[in-house]
Amino acid sequence: MSVLLVAEHNNKELKPFTLNAVTAASQMNTDLHAVIIGNNCGDVAKKLSELPLVKKVIQVEAAHYENFVAENFAPVIVKLAENYSHVVCSANTFGKNLMPRIAASLDTSQVSDIIKVISADTFLRPIYAGNAFATVKSKDPKKCITIRPTSFDPCESSGGSAPIEKAEPSEEFSNTKFVKREEIKSDRPELGTARVVVSGGRGMQSGDNFKLITSVADKLNAAIGASRAAVDAGYISNDHQVGQTGKVVVPDLYIAIGISGAIQHLAGMKESKVIVAINKDGEAPIFSVADYGLEADLFEAVPQFIEELNKLNTIQK
Amino acid sequence: MKILVAVKRVIDYNVQVRVKEDNTGVVTENVKMSTNPPDDNAIEEAVKIKESGKATEVVAVSVGEEKAQETVRKALAVGADRGILIKADGILEPLAVSKLLQKIVEKEKPDLVFMGKQAIDDDCNQTGQMLSALLNWPQATFASKIEIKDKKLEVMREIDEGLETIEINIPAIVTCDLRLNEPRYASLPNIMKAKKKPIEQINASDLGVDTSPRIEQIKVEEPPKRKAGIKVKSVAELVQKLKNEAKVI
Repeated sequence: MSVLLVAEHNNKELKPFTLNAVTAASQMNTDLHAVIIGNNCGDVAKKLSELPLVKKVIQVEAAHYENFVAENFAPVIVKLAENYSHVVCSANTFGKNLMPRIAASLDTSQVSDIIKVISADTFLRPIYAGNAFATVKSKDPKKCITIRPTSFDPCESSGGSAPIEKAEPSEEFSNTKFVKREEIKSDRPELGTARVVVSGGRGMQSGDNFKLITSVADKLNAAIGASRAAVDAGYISNDHQVGQTGKVVVPDLYIAIGISGAIQHLAGMKESKVIVAINKDGEAPIFSVADYGLEADLFEAVPQFIEELNKLNTIQK
Repeated sequence: MKILVAVKRVIDYNVQVRVKEDNTGVVTENVKMSTNPPDDNAIEEAVKIKESGKATEVVAVSVGEEKAQETVRKALAVGADRGILIKADGILEPLAVSKLLQKIVEKEKPDLVFMGKQAIDDDCNQTGQMLSALLNWPQATFASKIEIKDKKLEVMREIDEGLETIEINIPAIVTCDLRLNEPRYASLPNIMKAKKKPIEQINASDLGVDTSPRIEQIKVEEPPKRKAGIKVKSVAELVQKLKNEAKVI
């Protein structure tokens, strides 16, 4: 039987991680269908149909799908799942919220946050904040899988022309009402997909000092990250948090400034290709994962770093 | 209003977890155990709601081996009124736990069920959502702010893009983020008092739920190690290395 991928989008565009999820899903079975649930999302359905790995698109539209409420999404996916062996989506807040609701309705034990497809029923996933990797085999007839997007490459996004079928919406779940979403708009690259991430921790000492992080990020066209300590202290908003309970990032370059490197933070960034740590505590655990460590007071080192970057004049685009 | 709070006993968040030599799991012998951190936030929130006069009873429930009683006892020490321990051995998947909790919900009839958004051992992030599916209740996951409005809750949720606010009718499930509140410490007198609070023990097998694993754990391994890095002496050296050696700037 085929694989059903749940596309993540905002009714205007596909979310970039949908492409990574398509890659992962196609490794379970190449007969891959994608479902898009939303409101006035025809343009996105078309984009989805252009992904060469997608063999069929199922489009479900209704006003109550406008805001991606899991209680509305789950019944329609559960119904469609009759014809599929796997239901797959990304393990970000969208998929984490939605997939267990589908899995429980299908009486399936979900496999969360996989980083590798070993076979159609066997997967690799990190446990204990990435301090161990478990190889697990799902014995359920239907499998519900969420994938860690940064562990899979994005698929080709053009050249395909899959048929688009419409499916009936399910009834609205009346006990949950969407009120509002406060998205922080930024011209910077998205944290999850940025080539360079510059992160600050408790060592920044204040939200105002985060402008040092911003300056470095400007020079390198980087996304801005933060440790949980920095978010808890109110230096920066929650959408910047990197770690076990925040975002997992795998950039080419991760610069950790004033971050001690708690297990929970390392879980979110230690797969980065090159890690730089700037911290005045030479014993800080962040140095154990850093390719290049600089033991220094960040308030002296970071302005110098910005100056050196200015000299290089290599603003990356 | 009655609030049921689910708490899990896990390896303490400060412990460096080690994989067993035979690759069957991680070492749990002689390792410090404590309450799953966001479950502490769930208890704290329930107790705060009770203190504000909007709830009459807070019941803490845990599923696991006999020793999980300590986790329930800790919840009692910070303000839960009574406890329930569902005794079960071996690996319990979130689906099995949510089915057991469903039985407790049917018996206790709480208005709200709180728990942490994710357990830091298996990192599944499933149980709350599964329980709400089984009960067909609304779910407010990753909650960082809860406001009670009569028979409704307004919940602010942490999502990848920022923050989202939803309104849900009671009865409902809320899974708590670490930023929801600042969990209190148990005072010594309250720890003593908690020893007298009742904990009902129920065998999972008596609840008529099949808890056998659906997922076979084939092996557990150490993740690949990063090769050791170097310390640079100056910012200039750092920039030179990043440019010429790592070639990332």
